[in-house]
Amino acid sequence: MTQVMEQIVQSVPQPAGPVPAKMVVEDFSASFGEMQVLKRVNLQIMPCERLAIIGPASSGKTTLMRSLNRLNDMEPQFSREGRIQLDGHDIYHPQTDVPALRRRVGMVYAVPTPLPWSIYENITYGPRLAGVTSRQRLDALVESSLRASFLWDEVKDRLDMPGTDLSGGQQQRLCLSRVLALEPEVLLLDEPCSGLDPISTARIEEAMVELKRKYSIVLVTNNTKQAARASDRTAFFLMGELIECGPTVELFTNPKHQRTSDYITGHFG
Amino acid sequence: MRIAPSITQRIAVSIMWTLAAVAMGVLAFIITYILWHGLPHLSWAFLTESPKSMGREGGVFPMIVGTLWVTMLAVVIAAPVGVATAIYLTEYTHEGKMTAAIRFGADCLAGIPSIIFGLFGFVFFVITLGMGLSVISGALTVALMVLPTIIRTSEEAIRAVPRAYRDVAYGLGSTRWQMVTRVVVRSALPGIATGVVLSVGRSISETAAVMLTAGSALGLPQSIFQSSRTLSLHFYILSREGISMTNAYATASVLIIAIMAINLSAYWLMRRFVGKA
Ligand SMILES: Nc1ncnc2c1ncn2[C@@H]1O[C@H](COP(=O)(O)OP(=O)(O)O)[C@@H](O)[C@H]1O
Ligand SMILES: [Mg+2]
Repeated sequence: MTQVMEQIVQSVPQPAGPVPAKMVVEDFSASFGEMQVLKRVNLQIMPCERLAIIGPASSGKTTLMRSLNRLNDMEPQFSREGRIQLDGHDIYHPQTDVPALRRRVGMVYAVPTPLPWSIYENITYGPRLAGVTSRQRLDALVESSLRASFLWDEVKDRLDMPGTDLSGGQQQRLCLSRVLALEPEVLLLDEPCSGLDPISTARIEEAMVELKRKYSIVLVTNNTKQAARASDRTAFFLMGELIECGPTVELFTNPKHQRTSDYITGHFG
Repeated sequence: MRIAPSITQRIAVSIMWTLAAVAMGVLAFIITYILWHGLPHLSWAFLTESPKSMGREGGVFPMIVGTLWVTMLAVVIAAPVGVATAIYLTEYTHEGKMTAAIRFGADCLAGIPSIIFGLFGFVFFVITLGMGLSVISGALTVALMVLPTIIRTSEEAIRAVPRAYRDVAYGLGSTRWQMVTRVVVRSALPGIATGVVLSVGRSISETAAVMLTAGSALGLPQSIFQSSRTLSLHFYILSREGISMTNAYATASVLIIAIMAINLSAYWLMRRFVGKA
């Protein structure tokens, strides 16, 4: 009787409430030694969205990104307050499996850094650590992740060539593939196009359109035009504070704060 | 009057060229001199026979075996300890008094004359631990001697691995151990190998320290707990005691050829396996 009830309850479609956020940053502050770099930041990262983070240099964008996958833990001076949740779980909980967290929240850095190995090894390094051993499965991951970052056609015949021999734009797409091969849930891109030519930049933006079907993407960019064309929501940071965050179109056409409007119109920064 | 930059440039280049040529010339002279006197006496028999009448006649087979044993054991002992220390210093501690002390100690150790290591080895391994004059006493002493070189070269090689590689490794889900072994040490391998090859060379050519710890027995060592004479010590005794200068040069030629062969093959291996990756 109760079993039947349960089945019925389960089969009833859930009321269409607000979609729960993928990651929630709550009153999060971060410091290096005495210097406070992030000041009580509150921010949500939704599933299947591209969130752009803009702001002048040194406003704490990279620090926020590196807090989302706990890379800052390695910095001897780093300290933090507040919470960051992934699917409702505190990522700074002492029992968090940090390597597993980093597989779920993958990151691409501003400077393309292929490891000095072959393209194939660069991509399979992460999956192998995660326990994938089957050669077929690894081959499939290499192909699908290279396709997703639009690099496959350029390198499919020379997967054993060193990743460091690729051009800058190709290297950055290799770094993106490498993260995608882990099948993460959140993708952190920290100024991924800052050193790239327009064609590689376009490739990466193109890739993001596809990728947001599956992932939450956080894109830090020093290029406001890129934020305007390649994101769904935008957050503006200034000196460690989140000044405002909203749908990209709104933030760019009708900013709520004077400082946001000064920044996007190029009055400073 | 000012000298035109193009002329100072030319003077500087020619001075440097001359100095480099002098250094290479001296080296080439020494090697040629020894090989000139030694090679004519080298033969298959010399390499495979035991010495007779204190080395006046016969070959150096037991010395080759003794040298191989002492060198291999010393490096097999020193390399893991040295590389582990370097990893600890660079990856598992923050800079502090402790790391400074270890580094200072290693640098001091590197500057101590080998005869003092020999004396220490004699007192500690030979007498106190009761290992006697033996291959193992010699190897342990030589291991202590080359340890600082291995630590410092490995440390430098590990430090030269870009910081970004560590972020990448962590970012892809490595634990610290995986990051260290699969990314950092792997990238530092050419540098680490260089340090190890250098210490192989030093172990082969070490004389004073092995004289006091491995002894100078002429026979073929049957185990690592027996005394054995190394090639360099054999050379020293042959020439110093005036036993046979021809056999001394022949022994020196074996040593020089062995060291060159080791360096060349290490160089080749490194280019072959690491340069490509
Ligand atoms: N590892 C670190 N140690 C000390 N200070 C740091 C570290 N990383 C960043 N900072 C400081 O934090 C501030 C914010 O830096 P960052 O987050 O990189 O800003 P952004 O990415 O917006 O340019 C800067 O003043 C920077 O000097
Ligand atoms: Mg930054």
